[in-house]
Amino acid sequence: MGSFDLGVGLAFWLMCGSVILCIVYGAINWNKDKEEKVLDTSSWDKDEDKINEEL
Amino acid sequence: MGLLENIIIIAYLATLGYLGFVGYKQTKNSADYLIAGGNTHPFVMALSYGATFISTSAIVGFGGVAAWLGNSLLWLTFCNIFIGIFVAFVFLGNPTRKLGVRLNAHTFPELLGKRFNSKFIQVFGGVLIAFFMPLYAAAVLIGGTQFLVVYFNTDYHMALLVFSIIITGYVLAGGLKGVMLTDALQGVIMFVAMIFLLFMVFNAVGGVDAGFSKLSMVWDKTVASLASVDMKSLKPGSPDFMMKLSMKWGFQGWDKMPLFLSEGWLFVITTITMGVGVGVLAQPQLVVRFMTVKSKNELNRAVLIGGVFIVAMTGIVFIVGSLTNVWYYEFNEGKNALQSAGGVGKVIPHFINVAMPKWFAFIFLFALISAAMSTLSSQFHTMGTAIGRDVFEQIGNKKYSSMAVTRVGIVLMIIVSVALAYVFDKQPAIIARSTAIFFALCASIFLPTYFGGLFWRRMTRKGAIASMIVGTAVTTFWLLFVHFQEAKELGICKMLFGANSLLSGKIIFVDAMIVALPLSILTAVIVSLITKQEDEQLIKKCFED
Repeated sequence: MGSFDLGVGLAFWLMCGSVILCIVYGAINWNKDKEEKVLDTSSWDKDEDKINEEL
Repeated sequence: MGLLENIIIIAYLATLGYLGFVGYKQTKNSADYLIAGGNTHPFVMALSYGATFISTSAIVGFGGVAAWLGNSLLWLTFCNIFIGIFVAFVFLGNPTRKLGVRLNAHTFPELLGKRFNSKFIQVFGGVLIAFFMPLYAAAVLIGGTQFLVVYFNTDYHMALLVFSIIITGYVLAGGLKGVMLTDALQGVIMFVAMIFLLFMVFNAVGGVDAGFSKLSMVWDKTVASLASVDMKSLKPGSPDFMMKLSMKWGFQGWDKMPLFLSEGWLFVITTITMGVGVGVLAQPQLVVRFMTVKSKNELNRAVLIGGVFIVAMTGIVFIVGSLTNVWYYEFNEGKNALQSAGGVGKVIPHFINVAMPKWFAFIFLFALISAAMSTLSSQFHTMGTAIGRDVFEQIGNKKYSSMAVTRVGIVLMIIVSVALAYVFDKQPAIIARSTAIFFALCASIFLPTYFGGLFWRRMTRKGAIASMIVGTAVTTFWLLFVHFQEAKELGICKMLFGANSLLSGKIIFVDAMIVALPLSILTAVIVSLITKQEDEQLIKKCFED
């Protein structure tokens, strides 16, 4: 990239690399965690006092 | 202003109103109001996270700093993406989300308070947010309002009032659902504007390679030539003074790193890169976003969207910021960006007005207003939940509904923030520094407790409290009495001891977080190990489904 020195060039390529990492990670894991239990949040309001009591 | 511009503004406001209304209709209980019901779409979550993170000052302020100090700021973009997105979403997101669900926590201080079974932690966190975030919000309000004043040629106080009322409307009605939906729209506008900006700037400077390769030449012609000039002969704060100062700090060019361990290197690496890049992990308004999705899949998808969004924001604005020097040199009689615009904060607005077509200036105005609104709406919501749910509900009467208390808290905190913006409309230094102060405080105070709470079962309540107190004390001391910017601008050190800083030399360039965070981590570890382990029931509740 033009006349970037080592420090700035490293920052530039690490920036590009981290974007690629985010894209690849997101794409690979887009729908991968089907097995994980989706924690139930539907009864939050109803159970709030009970949970606070337990804590 | 033409008819088309008027129509676009009305359509924009109408869309914000509609999204606020959608949020209102979908809000049935306090979980909806506080954490968007925990079922937010990943696209909305990622854009909301990014748009909240990137404020007007990140685009205009940091863009100007890039024009001054150059591309060494790309280290911050790397940290923004790698730490602020990848590490945050991949390693912290899901544990935060699960802990929040298990403990029925609806705010960041509440998450920490319930994890350690400590009302003190929740109230302390809430007070800290309610005390310091209004300064940060006032800085964003002032920045956004000043653009409205310039573009619409209107009165500052009137613009501030209208701007605040619009944001108040959809935050108050739609809660976090309204905030996140509007954030997503604003994030799209910001993204499109920045992509346009990049292409137009490369086109204006003759292409990618041509633009970057001219940076050295422009530095040599406009900055290196100041080497023989005596600094005392330059007016403090003037463009030439600032450029001479950058050389004195060890900067060698816009395409080069400052000299290793020089004042400039310490400033770029500790204050800008680490202070903001790491500080983001403990920002309450961002952490709460992890609690708004229903599974890890949403977080994984958000990594992709968030990474691309952040590089389009800070990556582009830093590159554009430094390249403005090339454009000004070629089209403004051989001057660099600061010499042409008159100051660091003026570079980006000046460049957009003189170098870009009129239609783009209008789009960019929308991007800046969107950046301010998205950050502000999240700040207002977070401050409201802090004062309402984390402070009032914990130490006051619990007979009122959480939603009602939070709404009152939001109104109260908006009034405080707007009052600060009214009083400090000339942007005194303390307001301008409030973002850095808030980031340093959050990192030093919350980060060890947050990490320990998520990953270290042995961490105790006493360890968490001791760590927060040490983090607060050390950060406050460093900001008040040592750091070259805050200590000087707060003026307390000068008043008490007759000097801007108690220390001297390069150490005063080291950010408060670099000193306070290791000490608060150490305190958390030592105190946790020497105090009695927390109740097994609480640990099970926190870590097992």
